[in-house]
Amino acid sequence: MIEHTGSYQHQPGPYFGPYGGRWMPESLIAALEEVDRTFTEARNDPEFTAELQDLFTNYVNRPSLLTEVPRFAQDSPGVRIFLKREDLNHTGSHKINNVIGQALLARRMGKTRLIAETGAGQHGVATATAAALFGLECTVYMGEVDTQRQALNVARMEMLGATVIPVTTGARTLKDAINEALRDWVASVDTTHYLLGTVTGPAPFPAMVRFFHSVIGEEAREQILAQAGRLPDAVCACVGGGSNAMGIFHAFLDDSGVELYGLEAGGKGISTGEHAASINLGRTGVLHGARTYLMQDEDGQTIDSHSISAGLDYPAVGPEHAWLNDTGRATYEPVDDAECMAAFQRLCRTEGIVPAIESAHALAGALRLAQRWADEGVVSADTAAGEEKIIVVSLSGRGDKDVATAAKYFGMLPDAATPEGGDAEAVAARPEGAQN
Amino acid sequence: MTEQNTGQETGQQSGQNTEQQVETPAIRSLTSESIEAARDAGRTAFIGYLPAGFPTVEDSIEAAVALGNNGADVIEIGIPYSDPVMDGPVIQAATSQVLADGFRIDAVFDIIRAVTQRTDAAVVVMTYWNIVDRMGVETFARRLAEAGGAGIVTPDLVPEEAGAWFEASDRYGLDRIFLTAPSSTDERVELITESSRGFVYGVSVMGVTGARSEVSTAAENVVARAHAAGAPRVAVGLGISKPEHIREIGAYADGAIVGTALVAALRDGGPAAVGTLAAELATGAVKNSRGDA
Ligand SMILES: Cc1ncc(COP(=O)(O)O)c(C=O)c1O
Repeated sequence: MIEHTGSYQHQPGPYFGPYGGRWMPESLIAALEEVDRTFTEARNDPEFTAELQDLFTNYVNRPSLLTEVPRFAQDSPGVRIFLKREDLNHTGSHKINNVIGQALLARRMGKTRLIAETGAGQHGVATATAAALFGLECTVYMGEVDTQRQALNVARMEMLGATVIPVTTGARTLKDAINEALRDWVASVDTTHYLLGTVTGPAPFPAMVRFFHSVIGEEAREQILAQAGRLPDAVCACVGGGSNAMGIFHAFLDDSGVELYGLEAGGKGISTGEHAASINLGRTGVLHGARTYLMQDEDGQTIDSHSISAGLDYPAVGPEHAWLNDTGRATYEPVDDAECMAAFQRLCRTEGIVPAIESAHALAGALRLAQRWADEGVVSADTAAGEEKIIVVSLSGRGDKDVATAAKYFGMLPDAATPEGGDAEAVAARPEGAQN
Repeated sequence: MTEQNTGQETGQQSGQNTEQQVETPAIRSLTSESIEAARDAGRTAFIGYLPAGFPTVEDSIEAAVALGNNGADVIEIGIPYSDPVMDGPVIQAATSQVLADGFRIDAVFDIIRAVTQRTDAAVVVMTYWNIVDRMGVETFARRLAEAGGAGIVTPDLVPEEAGAWFEASDRYGLDRIFLTAPSSTDERVELITESSRGFVYGVSVMGVTGARSEVSTAAENVVARAHAAGAPRVAVGLGISKPEHIREIGAYADGAIVGTALVAALRDGGPAAVGTLAAELATGAVKNSRGDA
């Protein structure tokens, strides 16, 4: 436990308590300093913030809605659940917030090329989108396993003009895509900005990516005050690297009555070892530039993570989450594939919203919290109107990209049949992990 | 710096330690001694890299011994790591094979002990930092020193994060080999130079490990800047694979580091091929045979 007094907001980095820093090859330090300088200047430049705001409003589709989901919550008496609808953003997830911000910075630095890593493909799609919008070259590194389970997003990136490079080293998932992007960046840093997609990595990425996503929580806080007349009792978000979670948590960090829950991927169950619960079962160390919690063996070798959702399939977590965990300000819990997919299906069937499988972890976390409150007698069917507990969930993305994975999981595909519309490869190549 | 920052791994502290080091010049640096011995003999120091455990623990020892007995002044033993961001395809392929075969860190110290007993070369470890961090810097440093190791090359550790390593390396008399790059600012070159002991590792190109046909023109400038910052010994690494490269580098640097070419030789021809290539490379290190160059 780390003692902390005072505000939790606007932590500037590079350190968050003992976490964070810049554990990077010397070759990249100058570039990181340039990004840091440019970001610091830009955030204080009214022209920059006005342009960012304009793009958020007229391109990204912000503010995103806050939607109450009473049918989703119907078996959770005394609890109201609201979804922060990042799924309605252009390109279908929260990832675009950070991408637009960093693409503006890249242009400001005079860079002509963007590179990115991607897991689920959402960050890659968002980066390819911004590259097209700003007329920049774009290369996206994606683990070969993920190019197969998210084949539609690969095609989308290519349609947008990006080059997608399947990464065949290591576990062939997100962490290896980051390694490959870093290797590219070391050799291309004069012309290229590495548009890192989450709140991990060396300073200034964790604080900078949080800054661009903090709009999620700022809007949600205003919207819940307007709709419910008070702050929520809890906020739930899924945590891969942790960007949507930092984005929605940030505005609530100093509201001590608001509990913050980060839901990690429990994969096949944390007792199986096949999961991505970095905070719950990880140990501290350094990976990809930051000191944080990570999944590693006794020798310090990174352990491969597992999750049904490619976007949470990462064996570490942003350093600020490590700090929020240790200070006790936020609570991190694993959600396994089965619990996640039950919540996924429930949202589809009760509200007509198909969530990203990543986001379904947060939905499951909300249902679990509601159940805990019921078990503790905090809420019940007799809870009076106006006395309900309120949960805001970050619905970080929509599930279009996951239709093949989910259909296979739920056994909705006839044997050897392929869905119409070009998903054939995605389904045929889907690795084991989803049981029918 | 935030109020939460414990300061345990900050540049401030590395600065203090650097001062400390100046006050305790008694620390013996095995790497410096090897490089100076090469200089006295009219040679550019020849530094060779091989991964621990490749292709097997036994053969990695034989290969390193062959390297040391065929002209290498310093041997770098690389610790295989799951996420080697500074390595190109040849070294990645070798180290991931080693890991897939179940390599454990303890073997590194056995390898160092065997190699130091059988060669005169100074033997350093090259490792990504999480390996050291997991064991604990103090324990790692103690075990390395006990095995006869001379220090650590740290490709993903910058002086600002090296507080604990400064203390441990001083306590156990180990060399701290930091990297300096073409992109490093003058300020940073100074920090790196002050922080290093043994030699400064000059990265010749903006890129990862891998043999290249020519030595980058950036290398000379990298070396000159480190010398100007006061570094007594600067060695150039990345992309060096031929005796001609070493000869060329010897004109301005104190040492030349060869990695990928040796790993490829080991992969294709076993320890004997490493010995053959090392002997060939060593001809490029002899300064007074430069003839009309
Ligand atoms: C919809 C969605 N949510 C969440 C994530 C996980 O990222 P983070 O933890 O940075 O929000 C991803 C990553 O690809 C995603 O696509």
